[in-house]
Amino acid sequence: MPVIEATLPRRLLSTPIVGPLAALLAACVFFSLNTEQFLSGGNFSLIIQQVMVVGTLAIGQTLIILTAGIDLSNGAIMAFGGIVMTKLAVDGVLPPLLAIAAGLAACAVFGLANGLLVTRISLPPFIVTLGMLNVVFALTHIYSQDQTVTELPAALTYLGETFRLGGTNVTYGSLVAILLFLLFAYLLGQTAWGRHVYALGNSPDVARLSGIRTQRLTISVYTIAGLVYGIAALLLVSRTGVGDPQAGQTDNLDSITAVVLGGTSLFGGRGLVIGTLVGALIVGVFRNGLQLMGVPSIYQTLITGILVILAVTVDQLSRRRTR
Amino acid sequence: MTTTPVLRARGLVKRYGHVTALDGADFDLMPGEVLAVIGDNGAGKTSLIKALTGAVQPDEGEILLDGRPVRFRNPLDARKHGIETVYQDLAVAASLDIATNMFLGRELRKPGPLGTIFRLLDKKRMREESARHMADLKIGLRSLTQAVETLSGGQRQGVAVARAVAFASHVIVMDEPTAALGVKESGQVLDMIKRVRDRGLPVVLISHNMPHVFELADRIHVQRLGRRVAQLNPADHDMAEVVAIMTGALQVKQDESVPAAKDAGLS
Repeated sequence: MPVIEATLPRRLLSTPIVGPLAALLAACVFFSLNTEQFLSGGNFSLIIQQVMVVGTLAIGQTLIILTAGIDLSNGAIMAFGGIVMTKLAVDGVLPPLLAIAAGLAACAVFGLANGLLVTRISLPPFIVTLGMLNVVFALTHIYSQDQTVTELPAALTYLGETFRLGGTNVTYGSLVAILLFLLFAYLLGQTAWGRHVYALGNSPDVARLSGIRTQRLTISVYTIAGLVYGIAALLLVSRTGVGDPQAGQTDNLDSITAVVLGGTSLFGGRGLVIGTLVGALIVGVFRNGLQLMGVPSIYQTLITGILVILAVTVDQLSRRRTR
Repeated sequence: MTTTPVLRARGLVKRYGHVTALDGADFDLMPGEVLAVIGDNGAGKTSLIKALTGAVQPDEGEILLDGRPVRFRNPLDARKHGIETVYQDLAVAASLDIATNMFLGRELRKPGPLGTIFRLLDKKRMREESARHMADLKIGLRSLTQAVETLSGGQRQGVAVARAVAFASHVIVMDEPTAALGVKESGQVLDMIKRVRDRGLPVVLISHNMPHVFELADRIHVQRLGRRVAQLNPADHDMAEVVAIMTGALQVKQDESVPAAKDAGLS
């Protein structure tokens, strides 16, 4: 058997993050040349604030898509978590910090429920999370009585505050979102749990026969994703300053968009969570740049759609080549 | 001369509803041998192997490892007892690299708090040990950080065999290891199996390929209608006879030509 050392260009091409990163850079160069306001610290800080909620949801989505699943319920779970933490705090049921903890726990419980349904009853993730989307959406409106929760205590909006970084105001929430991306990049790339998530997405049979407890692993993925949705809820609440039962209704699809644009395969087993950060930024940069250029918002949606189809096409073609 | 079989089974029964896949099957694997398991489709080969490797639990019968009764609840259990299995096409995770595949499910972590608290993998050590195992089997050393999907079918199977050899302390079971491979690649896998035998590890080889069976096997276990109908020495029979026994066209007295197994207390 001959020795085949992967050359650097070959390895770069087979690394799924290169394409998305190139697209992001190209978009940044394009908008820098066409608008004056684009290239500034303040504008970048704004873009990160605009994408951090969907980006955080997309971390959980990435975990689930890596196992060859999909989660349609994440935006709804986030909205529920936001209502729980704001309402418990504002109604004085719990002190603010415990109210936040209760919101995080509620989101994790819905994630756990998704995981149990997917594993114990072997239901397809698409159907489970579609059902959960409706259940959680309804619960949010029943519990909140369709009322937006306002006049939040400071603890709930703290992450919306800013600090100075090289002359630019950055929110603590943006920092939390970026740290979460780094944490999950570490967990997926450097721990056995992460390697097992990839193995599961490649083939559940291979994973099981390698001694991985696939059901327990799947449940852990959905539960951890739920907890991450809870953090997204806190970021959302701190950014908007209210608990909004209508929040997050298109965020499930937006999070899938970020994952796919980031080069993660919808077939599972391939992709990087840092790619998802790049994918979320691509959407944010396009929205922001086109807005600065005065392009009507409906064209932003059009272009996002085309980008998604392009990204999935690239994924499909590259899979065909390696098979 | 008394030799205890490394792995032995008595009276295994496995039923799936009205279908009886195993109907009182016996099995004996002697130290250091390559035992081929052959049988027509539906003869219960796969069920037998699954029972021996923990993938299914038999309804009746017992399994003995080194003469001691054992019960495998799952494949992990069998692996803990030093029984490693190579599957024909379920061997490796395609998008993960060679070293990760070698250690999948039993990863090494860094020593000290980096490993215990931060769960950090020791990728360098896993790469080094993988390289050593691959070299031991003379599987051409290539970049161990390459995804296995970039390898040829034979090379992939090489990774699976090297993994099994690296961790097997008792038995290696190979389920149709060459079924999905071309002629040249099959040859490479056969060479690997010979090297495994040369290291003294007994190998159970399930195969449809009679030339491969006759090239490698020290003994042949013929499975038919859910039970063992013969144990043959390939030197005493030609392929046509073996096939005839396998299909039931030729009857033999059960367990002929197995002095070692008789000494071990066969009826």
